[in-house]
Amino acid sequence: MSHLPYLAAGWILLAGIFGMVTSRNLVHVVVCLSVTQSATYVLLLAIGYRKGGTAPVFSDIKPTGKVVDPVVQAMTLTDIVVNATATALLLALAVQVAKRRGTIDPDELRPLE
Amino acid sequence: MSEAVLVVALALVVVMATAVVLTRDPARQAIVLSAYGVTLGVLFLVLQAPDVALSQIAVGTVVVPLVVILAIHAIRKQHGERR
Amino acid sequence: MSRRTRFAVFAVGAAGLVILFVLAAFRLPDFGGRFHPYGERAVTSAIAEKTKNVVSSVNFDQRAFDTVGEELILFASALGAVILLRMVRREREEEAGEHGYGPADVFDALRLTGYLLLPVTLLVGVYIVAHGHLSPGGGFQGGVVLGTALHLLYLTGDYPALARLRPVPVFESAEALGAGAFVVLGLAGAGLLIPMNSVVGLEVGCAFVLVLAKFFEQALLVRTDDAGTEDS
Repeated sequence: MSHLPYLAAGWILLAGIFGMVTSRNLVHVVVCLSVTQSATYVLLLAIGYRKGGTAPVFSDIKPTGKVVDPVVQAMTLTDIVVNATATALLLALAVQVAKRRGTIDPDELRPLE
Repeated sequence: MSEAVLVVALALVVVMATAVVLTRDPARQAIVLSAYGVTLGVLFLVLQAPDVALSQIAVGTVVVPLVVILAIHAIRKQHGERR
Repeated sequence: MSRRTRFAVFAVGAAGLVILFVLAAFRLPDFGGRFHPYGERAVTSAIAEKTKNVVSSVNFDQRAFDTVGEELILFASALGAVILLRMVRREREEEAGEHGYGPADVFDALRLTGYLLLPVTLLVGVYIVAHGHLSPGGGFQGGVVLGTALHLLYLTGDYPALARLRPVPVFESAEALGAGAFVVLGLAGAGLLIPMNSVVGLEVGCAFVLVLAKFFEQALLVRTDDAGTEDS
């Protein structure tokens, strides 16, 4: 049990890369990339977890209470939002590729004209 | 008890991540991605990270799938005009 | 590279990754353990500052300068997406001349739900931004909620209303203003949690509105002369 969450994050990472490598559609590639990135969220939060700890918000608990690690949470939080705009940027690129080249299959895109 | 919940949430996330990758049609993939976003949100809640869960549910279940669907639509339109 | 060679390269890389990742994972501190040196220091420091939500304190106070960097990545990607899509649009307009937006056919129940949920969602977004230092929430999450809330109008089938409600130039200026103010606040130093929170909310919200606006334009813009055949 003690290392299971880390291995789960590894599996998600690998699955995402597998999807990107075998993909035949640029939109599919972008979505797989965002899955790959979600592995980092799982890994970071798993590292920050503390058995029996509560969320690091002291509105209704005493400041002496045991809490999980807030630093990794802060990192993950901004990461998720920034990742969304990065995904939008990549999809905008895919739209441009469709416009310029008439296809979004990476295999057909190979030769650079 | 909490350990069991955690294992279930982790298993759901792993299964859904695999499902997203294996869904080859991007339009269907957007829907599966949205479901994956929910399972990630649940996992983050179980890991005592409500801030992150909030951000994940807003972004992962709404914004990203919506942008994907709109991009698919725009790309299809480009193809239609070329023919 | 053929598909087979590509897969072979992937298999080699994946095997290496699996071995190294598993080795690394078993050397990490145990899951759920007590060893959180940074976490403990962050909590102590947030309590000293009397901030209830430690995550917000880390983001906008203790690591404010790093957050400026992350926030600029967000700004740059949103800007890039908007510019890329604007380029496509100008070309299409030159090609096709007259444009309109596709007709909408929506159930009444959906329309009503959309109109009812819009003010509630906007309120929830403002609440999440404003209470970021007290309860789970903050500028990033609230900004996303605010940015997407407007698009409930699209669900109601009223795309023209949505287009009227979000004058793109206003949101562009607001986003630039938000990003600029955030950099200034981030450089000014620590202890500005609440203003930074609100400014991030503004910036993130505007960024998402702009990006979604450009994507909507791309997806919905149809030529008026062949509007009927666009459903392919």
